[in-house]
Amino acid sequence: MQNSSPVADDRHHKLAPHRVLVSRKNAGRALVVLASAGFLLVLLIQILHSIGATTAGYTDWRPVLYAYLLWAIAFGIGQVTIRGERGQRALFLFPAVFFTVAVVIFPTLFGIYIASLDWNLSSFEGPHFNGLNNLIGLFHDDYYWNALRNMIFYTLAVLGEYAIAFGLALLLNAEIRARRLFRVVFLLPLMLSPVAVSWMIGKSLMEYRFGPAATLARDLGWDNPAFFAFPWVARLSIEAMDAWVSIPFIMIMLLAGLQAMSKEVLEAAKVDGASGWQSFWHVTFPLMLPVSVTVLIIRIIFKLKLADIVINVTAGGPGGATDTVSSFIYRVYRDRSNVGYGTALAMFYLLLIIAFLTVLLRLSKRWTQKVA
Amino acid sequence: MPKGVALLAIFTPASQPARKHHAATRATRILSRLLIYGALLFWAFVCLFPIYWTVTTSFKSALDVTQGHLIPWLDFQPDWKGWRSIGLSPDSILGTSTARAEFVSRFENSIITSVGASVLALVLGSLAAYGLSRFRYRFGWMRNDDILFFFMSQLILPPVVLALPFLVLYKALALLDTRLGLILLYTLTVLPIVIWIMRDQFNSIPVELDEAAFVDGLSIWGAFIRIVLPLAVPGMVAAFILSLVLCWNEYFFAALLTSTDAKTLPVMVASQTGSQGINWWSMAALSTAAIAPLVIVGILLERYIVSGLTTGAGK
Repeated sequence: MQNSSPVADDRHHKLAPHRVLVSRKNAGRALVVLASAGFLLVLLIQILHSIGATTAGYTDWRPVLYAYLLWAIAFGIGQVTIRGERGQRALFLFPAVFFTVAVVIFPTLFGIYIASLDWNLSSFEGPHFNGLNNLIGLFHDDYYWNALRNMIFYTLAVLGEYAIAFGLALLLNAEIRARRLFRVVFLLPLMLSPVAVSWMIGKSLMEYRFGPAATLARDLGWDNPAFFAFPWVARLSIEAMDAWVSIPFIMIMLLAGLQAMSKEVLEAAKVDGASGWQSFWHVTFPLMLPVSVTVLIIRIIFKLKLADIVINVTAGGPGGATDTVSSFIYRVYRDRSNVGYGTALAMFYLLLIIAFLTVLLRLSKRWTQKVA
Repeated sequence: MPKGVALLAIFTPASQPARKHHAATRATRILSRLLIYGALLFWAFVCLFPIYWTVTTSFKSALDVTQGHLIPWLDFQPDWKGWRSIGLSPDSILGTSTARAEFVSRFENSIITSVGASVLALVLGSLAAYGLSRFRYRFGWMRNDDILFFFMSQLILPPVVLALPFLVLYKALALLDTRLGLILLYTLTVLPIVIWIMRDQFNSIPVELDEAAFVDGLSIWGAFIRIVLPLAVPGMVAAFILSLVLCWNEYFFAALLTSTDAKTLPVMVASQTGSQGINWWSMAALSTAAIAPLVIVGILLERYIVSGLTTGAGK
């Protein structure tokens, strides 16, 4: 399967001609075969044990994990002995690949299986096959579609975060005193845990009776400053908290882009008599487009996982107005113990994300090419 | 964009008479300075006030909270109330305290899982990033770009997709409610970011250095460990801190996969909000203690984070 090709260009190393002895090759092959056989044996014993065919076996599946680890090590050694330098090169990639395959591929496949089950942890019956019923149920679940609609709002709000972050990055890039101090201060919210933030801001600062934010809102003339009682206000409050935590990330990436930009272009614009606003729109912004697109896509990816703040502040309320898909599924797991259905919802969400991001990547690629 | 600039020159009106122009620019310059510093101070206030509020609230009594007192010594008399309730005030730190014992064990869990996962991700990610930066691979139909995309695509997996399969998987592997289980999972979530940062870092190190090392008789791995890796330390620090932040603050998996032994700080903070109602001073103390380590890390190592993300943004 694996093979590092001898093709080389200026970026990549040339492969030194190196012969591997036939006996070493055979020893390496034997090692790989032996390790694979051992791994399969452990796996077989455990499968037979868990379906009740044999009494011999282990109390849990942990030995299979160790066997996998040993197999991976043996496979790596085998590659080096069989392929020599090519094997050594491949060895850089193996740990990450084997790790990812073990912890992603298997759980994802397993998840697809769970998604087809009617499995409620609180019922006595245990899991049984349900076919596509979960999928059909999903289409009639108003709360799920409501959560998806909320996700559209939250995703669009990324543009607002981006605008604020761009402004802050420009401020930090201007000629100011104490730049480093401001940069540290602006970065701080990124360090804070969303759970702590949901208490610090959501449950105490915005507290209805004596939170400072509520007091301020009363002074400004809002008689009833309930930040989490009305759907749109609640949604905006949640978004404000999430923005507070994540704006620093966007800001730092944009700042890095601004600092990498050549000063000459801006000076040329100044010489040509462009005002600050014009040189921003016609010079800075277009030049920043590639960085902007990268950071926006990363931010959207993280936004699609938004859950912690919603779970801890509103638990989705009022009436599902602030629900994200993740927080909704979390409640399906936690409160209703509905494992099969929850996983089906999650899998469907994953498909939507993949489709959405594929389109987004295509569009952004075309768009940046057109402008730049 | 020289083309855009040239276009601009056509549309901008001819400059004003000189003297009038001078006074006007001076006024606008002062105004713009004022606006810039005003905006900077406003946002600094937005960033700092919630932290200030939390830290001061941990020293307030219930009355001070309800009356909205904000400034210590002027408005209210600070008191170790919140810190006493988690056993961390000067007068209670020597005595025994169940609250402190719980806090310390959660703190330990958080440190071990986040540092463990960050180290593991850094090792796996640096190796893979170096490989992808220097060699050409072909695994069946997969080339370098495909392999990179395979790693990066893990980033889009939302936690809800993995949560349940992991719950069942960990139950079978006896990894439920263990630190090792959390470490493996967290490693998975930060690995794409580490690979992303480290690949750019390695790309910025000239390949001639490796070649010189080969000429000196070092093997591929020798060149990597003795020549290239020391040069990549800034990127590694940045990747490490970013992973640390993400792992330390992670809540979703920790809430679903731990119950008693391996509970981390965010889970503890979240569970307190529900049970204790309006016990503000202890919540504030707990939140302060939970965010303090990363705030300190952030203040001390801020430039590494910025420089690490800079290499990332360059690509």
